[in-house]
Amino acid sequence: MSQLTNLTISQARDLLAKGELSSRQLTESHVEAMAQATQLNAFVSQLPDVALEMAEASDSRRAGGSAGPLEGIPLAIKDLFCTKGTLTMAGSHILDGFKPPYESTVSDNLWQAGAVMLGKTNMDEFAMGSSNETSYFGPVQNPWRGRGDNRALVPGGSSGGSAAAVAGRFAMAATATDTGGSIRQPAAFTGTVGSKPTYGRCSRWGVVAFASSLDQAGPITRDVRDNAIMLGAMAGYDPKDSTSANVPLPDFEAALTGDIRGLKIGVPKEYVLDGMPGEIETLWQQGIGWLRQAGAEIIDISLPHTKYALPAYYIVAPAEASSNLARYDGVRFGLRVPGGDLREMYENTRATGFGAEVRRRVLIGTYVLSAGYYDAYYLKAQKIRRLIARDFTEAYETVDAILTPSAPSAAFPFGDKADDPIAMYLNDIFTVPANLAGLPGISVPAGLSAEGLPLGLQILAPAFDEETMFRVAGVVEQAANFTAQPEQWWKVPA
Amino acid sequence: MSVDKATVARIAHLARIGVRDEELEPLAAELSGILQWIEQLNEVDTAEVPPMASVHDQVLRWRGDIITDGGKQDEITANAPDGENGFFAVPKVIE
Repeated sequence: MSQLTNLTISQARDLLAKGELSSRQLTESHVEAMAQATQLNAFVSQLPDVALEMAEASDSRRAGGSAGPLEGIPLAIKDLFCTKGTLTMAGSHILDGFKPPYESTVSDNLWQAGAVMLGKTNMDEFAMGSSNETSYFGPVQNPWRGRGDNRALVPGGSSGGSAAAVAGRFAMAATATDTGGSIRQPAAFTGTVGSKPTYGRCSRWGVVAFASSLDQAGPITRDVRDNAIMLGAMAGYDPKDSTSANVPLPDFEAALTGDIRGLKIGVPKEYVLDGMPGEIETLWQQGIGWLRQAGAEIIDISLPHTKYALPAYYIVAPAEASSNLARYDGVRFGLRVPGGDLREMYENTRATGFGAEVRRRVLIGTYVLSAGYYDAYYLKAQKIRRLIARDFTEAYETVDAILTPSAPSAAFPFGDKADDPIAMYLNDIFTVPANLAGLPGISVPAGLSAEGLPLGLQILAPAFDEETMFRVAGVVEQAANFTAQPEQWWKVPA
Repeated sequence: MSVDKATVARIAHLARIGVRDEELEPLAAELSGILQWIEQLNEVDTAEVPPMASVHDQVLRWRGDIITDGGKQDEITANAPDGENGFFAVPKVIE
């Protein structure tokens, strides 16, 4: 039944509704694919028993005449989402053995919609990374490899496990989170569709916190329609998150009309980078051509503070992280490394429990918030953040959406940027501005690099206008007609 | 701005992360590199710009002062590395 793993959610939904397929069959085929791919390290926990039990419960519900919007669909959950009674470690040693006594609102929404949990996916430690190399559980391998090149490639990060699981066809879709690009960049690196909705659209309750004013959950899927379906099930107002937006939840799938005639699409000149590979520029021009051909009006725009987004982000995000990660003290949950006294116990626990990148960011965050430096760094970054948000507000007075590349390169080999933090941070140059401004963005696979690796285009939209974002994304998807799949080199012979 | 070994030791102490002496020098170089890259923000005149802490100009919601949850001592302490009689246990802090 291996072809079942090639179904999209919308295709499976139709077969399930017609009774031509059971969730049990669908789930079994994904459990099997997942078990064959341990080499990729995309999952930190495979949960075949849970999955089959949930699938059977789903089949019973359907037999009883009730079916949710994701009824019977097997999904992977990023290990940043707390899952009740199931190990949740956020890629960090410091959460050793942590079994949350509660369920995150987003994952609970998915179970309420009828979905099935296949397992928890690997990720950069506390979502801090762009290559999945910072995970305590080791890196995830990208299912894609360059043409005639056996080198293992990064899947992007931090949601690298989720992206690899969807690209490798072990899960029909996966939850992910995006603080500076952690959904959109791995989606671009793996030929999948990844969206970060407007800040406040998905509840952050029960999602292990990295930078609270930037973190947003979103889906990684195989196509734009599935993305719209899954975001609809994840999102919604939640009184348990004080920043959750109490706004109506539109039918995102209904927005996929394919009609963008008369829509104004902005192309920001600041997103042309020195040294950017020519094929990224070419792909972008192609995307512009597709939208124009579909009847959109292309408008050159300026987002003048774009170049300052990344350095401002690397003040704001570490500052918030240093505060959020103060809770890991070896007392209430997770790892404890003994010491002579309480202070030494704290210091030993946090020295052992945090990896190098997390330590680096907690130290930077502590520094920029410390007495004497707060104004020069943190306050300055908050002012720059205002200017970046203002750039978008002004642009959206004349355009309905913005088209950019998703990432400045295709997936790269392990170790390529691991020794140079700033080179690694530059991966998120096109994605970070939307986090600072709280705006929705989606990456859609749009072509292949010269090495045969996926490249993505990003569509940004105004706050709470995911419908326009999905509508434009659907048109890009159709024009790009991206059908390439990675070869299944990881399969162990049965 | 660049940070020296003493500054790294100070912020590591503030963050309660143990850092070995031989790690201070390389960490100082790493953090200095990042801070120098960040300093390009000084090119921008922000004198008249109000800081932005959140993307939503929303007022925090109020709720009734009523108990909605509780009685979960066992669940709350279940993940503790050390505990006694339903409490979290820490190394002795008073002489």
